[in-house]
Amino acid sequence: MSTSSVSKGCFVFKPSAKKKKTPSLEDYFLHGCDAAEHRETRFKLCQELWDQIKADTEVLQDELNRKILDSLLDFTRKCSFTRQHSDWAAQMRASEIPTAALVLGVNVPDHDMTFQSLSDLLQQSVSPHVASVQAKECGALKHLMKRVLERLMGTAVTVDDDEEEEEAEHANTPLHKSVHCSLSTLCDWYNAKTKKSSSDTPGKKRSSPVREDPQQPPVVIIFKDLEAFNPRVLQDFILICSRYIQRLPLMFIFGIATSPSTIQRILPHSVSSLLCIELFQSLSCTQHLATVIDKLILTPHFPFKLNGKVMQVLVSIFLYHDFSVRNFIKGVQLALLEHFHSQPLSVLCCKKKEALLNVMQLSQSDLERIRQLPSFERYVEKQEPQEQLNLSTDDTHLKVVCQKLVKELRKYHKNYYPILRCLHTLTTSLPRYPLGKQIRELHITCLEKNVWEYEEYQSAMKLLKMLAKDELIALLQRCVEILQPVKSKKMKNAWVQLEELLAKLKQLDTVVAEAPPCVEESLTSPVKNLGKKTDLFQLQKTLLEMNETRRAKKLSPFEVLRNEALEFIDGLVKTHLATPESQTLNEVCYYSSSATVRRHLNATPRTSIQAALNSPYYYLQNNSLITEDGSVSNAAPDICVVYKLHLECGRLINLYDWLEAYSTVVSAAEGNNPDSDSFGKVDEVKHARFIRAVSELEFLGFIKSTKQKTDHVARLTWGGC
Amino acid sequence: MTSLLRHQAYEEERLQRVAEKLPCRETQAGTLLSLMGQPQQYSYPSIFIYGHRASGKSHVMQVLLKELELPHATVSCVECVSVALLFEQLLLSFFGCDAASLLPRSPSLSDFVRIYRQQCSQSPAKQTRYIVMEKAELLRDTDANLLPALLRLQELVEDNVTIILLSEIVWDKFRPNTGCFEPLLLHFPDYSKGELQQILSQDKHPSYSAEFYSSYINILLGVFYSVCRDLRELRHLAALNFSKFCEPLADGKVKETDTHKLWRNIEPHLKKAMQTVYLREVSSLQWEQMQQTEEKETGTVRGLSAHTHVELPYYSKFLLIAAYLASYNPARTDKRFFLKHHGKIRKTNFLKKNEKTSNHLLGPKPFPLDRLLAIFYSVVDNRVAPTASIFSQISSLVTLQLLTQVSHDDQLDAPKYKCAVSMDFMCAISRTVSFDIVKYLYDFL
Repeated sequence: MSTSSVSKGCFVFKPSAKKKKTPSLEDYFLHGCDAAEHRETRFKLCQELWDQIKADTEVLQDELNRKILDSLLDFTRKCSFTRQHSDWAAQMRASEIPTAALVLGVNVPDHDMTFQSLSDLLQQSVSPHVASVQAKECGALKHLMKRVLERLMGTAVTVDDDEEEEEAEHANTPLHKSVHCSLSTLCDWYNAKTKKSSSDTPGKKRSSPVREDPQQPPVVIIFKDLEAFNPRVLQDFILICSRYIQRLPLMFIFGIATSPSTIQRILPHSVSSLLCIELFQSLSCTQHLATVIDKLILTPHFPFKLNGKVMQVLVSIFLYHDFSVRNFIKGVQLALLEHFHSQPLSVLCCKKKEALLNVMQLSQSDLERIRQLPSFERYVEKQEPQEQLNLSTDDTHLKVVCQKLVKELRKYHKNYYPILRCLHTLTTSLPRYPLGKQIRELHITCLEKNVWEYEEYQSAMKLLKMLAKDELIALLQRCVEILQPVKSKKMKNAWVQLEELLAKLKQLDTVVAEAPPCVEESLTSPVKNLGKKTDLFQLQKTLLEMNETRRAKKLSPFEVLRNEALEFIDGLVKTHLATPESQTLNEVCYYSSSATVRRHLNATPRTSIQAALNSPYYYLQNNSLITEDGSVSNAAPDICVVYKLHLECGRLINLYDWLEAYSTVVSAAEGNNPDSDSFGKVDEVKHARFIRAVSELEFLGFIKSTKQKTDHVARLTWGGC
Repeated sequence: MTSLLRHQAYEEERLQRVAEKLPCRETQAGTLLSLMGQPQQYSYPSIFIYGHRASGKSHVMQVLLKELELPHATVSCVECVSVALLFEQLLLSFFGCDAASLLPRSPSLSDFVRIYRQQCSQSPAKQTRYIVMEKAELLRDTDANLLPALLRLQELVEDNVTIILLSEIVWDKFRPNTGCFEPLLLHFPDYSKGELQQILSQDKHPSYSAEFYSSYINILLGVFYSVCRDLRELRHLAALNFSKFCEPLADGKVKETDTHKLWRNIEPHLKKAMQTVYLREVSSLQWEQMQQTEEKETGTVRGLSAHTHVELPYYSKFLLIAAYLASYNPARTDKRFFLKHHGKIRKTNFLKKNEKTSNHLLGPKPFPLDRLLAIFYSVVDNRVAPTASIFSQISSLVTLQLLTQVSHDDQLDAPKYKCAVSMDFMCAISRTVSFDIVKYLYDFL
């Protein structure tokens, strides 16, 4: 861009809004996609899946929040109700501001959604006057007051359309000067509002049955993050509000992340005595995650799957770092996008019908890709030689086989999840949870390796074989309940068989009474032998034998049935819980690049800075910077050279020595003759470059100036070389 | 009784009414009346009234000014977020909204004085105008010139106006460095037990006799007088617990006069109230519900402070542990605790405490971020990459108020923190990750 100005200076060019074309999401996706074909299809599939996941999680969120929100709504209604009836006690009592302390847990990123649905619900069913404020926008009492007034009066003006527009309008036209920003203004506004609405349209009000008292709906103020509020501001605000409580039916909701005792820490008794605080505890975030995983991951409805490592990364980010379900879902979204973006065969990752259609439309190169899939190669190896040849040459035949394989993969998933749940039900009742307490742990184990190859599985089975009858029956009953609704032939079969076993177990009581103990006589014979004189070896042998026979013989009908049932379960596990990696074409559905997910979600800024300084060619994509021994080449950027040199120093670095070394290295890079006089001499340019590089290092936090020694700087990092 | 409130300017009857509304405050009201003089006379420019919470300062002023129909404006300083709001309210109540709208956007004191004089020349005061300022201690935080100017507002605006400041703290804490006009000081002493009894007994329940209610108040004061003398709170508590007191009466077990039995019935109940509802551990609504349901079930409602458990992500727990150790251990002992081969520092030598007091008594000490991370890495059992989320967890601990940042927000280089959690909380946290924190604390070595 150019200016007509003659003078030197800085010019600001504002981008003209019309010219700039923001690339759409689709453009981003399509740009840099690996395979050109089916890009649009993949984008569409990805978009559809994500929309579905998003909608499902929102429904789930609402369901989870329903209970606590309902009790909160009850509380608000009760409060606004008790305010109205006036008996002696109500008159005598100090009028407290009803306050709900909502304990939400430390997963702060998730709170927004909860508060959003809360304020929506409140507006629908209790009162149109709801304002929510955040700590960061209310540094001083003035600002808090302004926000509250703005939101209450702004939303009230426009009931039907969105809030943001209204706010923007406010900013442009100062309808009320900040001078009027007091609660008495709000009182007047409230009175006008309630009077108008009660006289204006009584018919309309009556149509909403939930609202019991249209004349006096409470004014609800939500403090989203109580901990972050300045205590002083909050105290003053409450003091002011309590002066108006007679005229204005105020109500507070405190969003608390830690524990309710923070209220007492923030508010002194003189202030908290103005509040009538009731506590509401929300669902813990681990439970929340469990339901989300249950509904999103452990279901055959979504064709897109995560492999074990990716699951592990996402779950560990949740458990170790943030406890945020929202971030977990964001992680799933990232994996979804990456999968559809980088895997050309993801066109097949969709609903059955579409997938079968898409198989037929696969191009030559896609088919080639299928042939190269490791799982497919394994599949081919198992086939007859003729079939092998067919698969590698005949495209139409390959397509037919692919259709079959896609169907099989679907079936596998349909059977996998019910059996996984059954196994989980059985093993969670065992002491010390050999296969994990949560179903997600079991799922991850199953994803990584065949579960029956684990030692824990064996021990779990052993423990199961020691279960008492009523326990076993209860567990099997639950398994039956899990299997019952599944619509799959194999599962129906399994269900029928399990039902039979269960029925037998239940009948056992009546049968046992009739069956006489017939094992007695066989057991006595070795004992008789014991009476004879024997040597030690003989004795040991007979005892062992006795043990064997006892174990073999002692099986009661219950034990027989129990073993049968458990073997049946074991068989189910072995047929249906094989790792997905063993399935042909699993690459189509499973996203496996855990490193990408980790890099994107759990960034390591310092490691990347160090990597950049150590190996600049990696970032600059300049091959001339590569050196064999891994050291930094002379021609590397100044800061890399300086960084490299500083690694060789101790805690204190002499600046002059450093400069000398630097200038030697740089001179070598310039190709000066090592024998000439000027070699390694410090000239002004090198000096300046050195100073700049050093200050950049200081900015990055590798060194700092020190007063311990003149002309020295202190090193702040260790190791690395 | 009424002899105290005698003034030639006002009718006897009206003074009588005032006196009825101000039980136990006749002396103060009398002094105020004599200070105010006759309505058309100039009064003293500024009066300063101080006394504890709920000692009747605002009430007395309200009743006097309202009953005697004197022109006045009452402002609460806590509500006046800006001086503009204060000026606006004053002008509004004396001259109507036209005057208030004359104020410029962010008015100074001289703007206010100018407009006041302008308005007052149009409608000069026939009677003394009174400005009552509640919670006047907040005036100290405003502009330095505001308080001295208000104290001699009478001179500034040349009008018959008197300013009355109400505060909970003494005048000595107000006096600005530069000196100012000294207001007349008036102290409202606390109500004595007898006076409290007299006042509280006035608001009797309509369906019970006055003596009955009075005996109830007597019992109530017997329990609560030692912890609470706040009239407002006492009245609130009286209302909350009265239904319980009447319970045996309604059942027909006891007669109104049988105070001993009534006392035996209510006393444990009141004691419990002192521990719960008075401290706002349990809200008044919940308390009332508890009374309606049976005594046995009341254990289900837990107080606010009973919930102290906080669930934290795994690394946050360790960060908090590291922060606690950094706050309560002297930095020189880190080597001893966190280095495998810490050389030959002999324990006895090492334990020579230069200061006898325990660090836990002195409170948490600030520590730099580097130290926190160094301890964190040595405390966590597996290797942790220094990812961005570790750092963001530190800042989220700060927002949760579990850590506090000591240095200024702007200081990006080597920020300093303090650990703001208690020992008990810390022990509970470290137990969940099976980390024996006591072994790492210098105080418990």
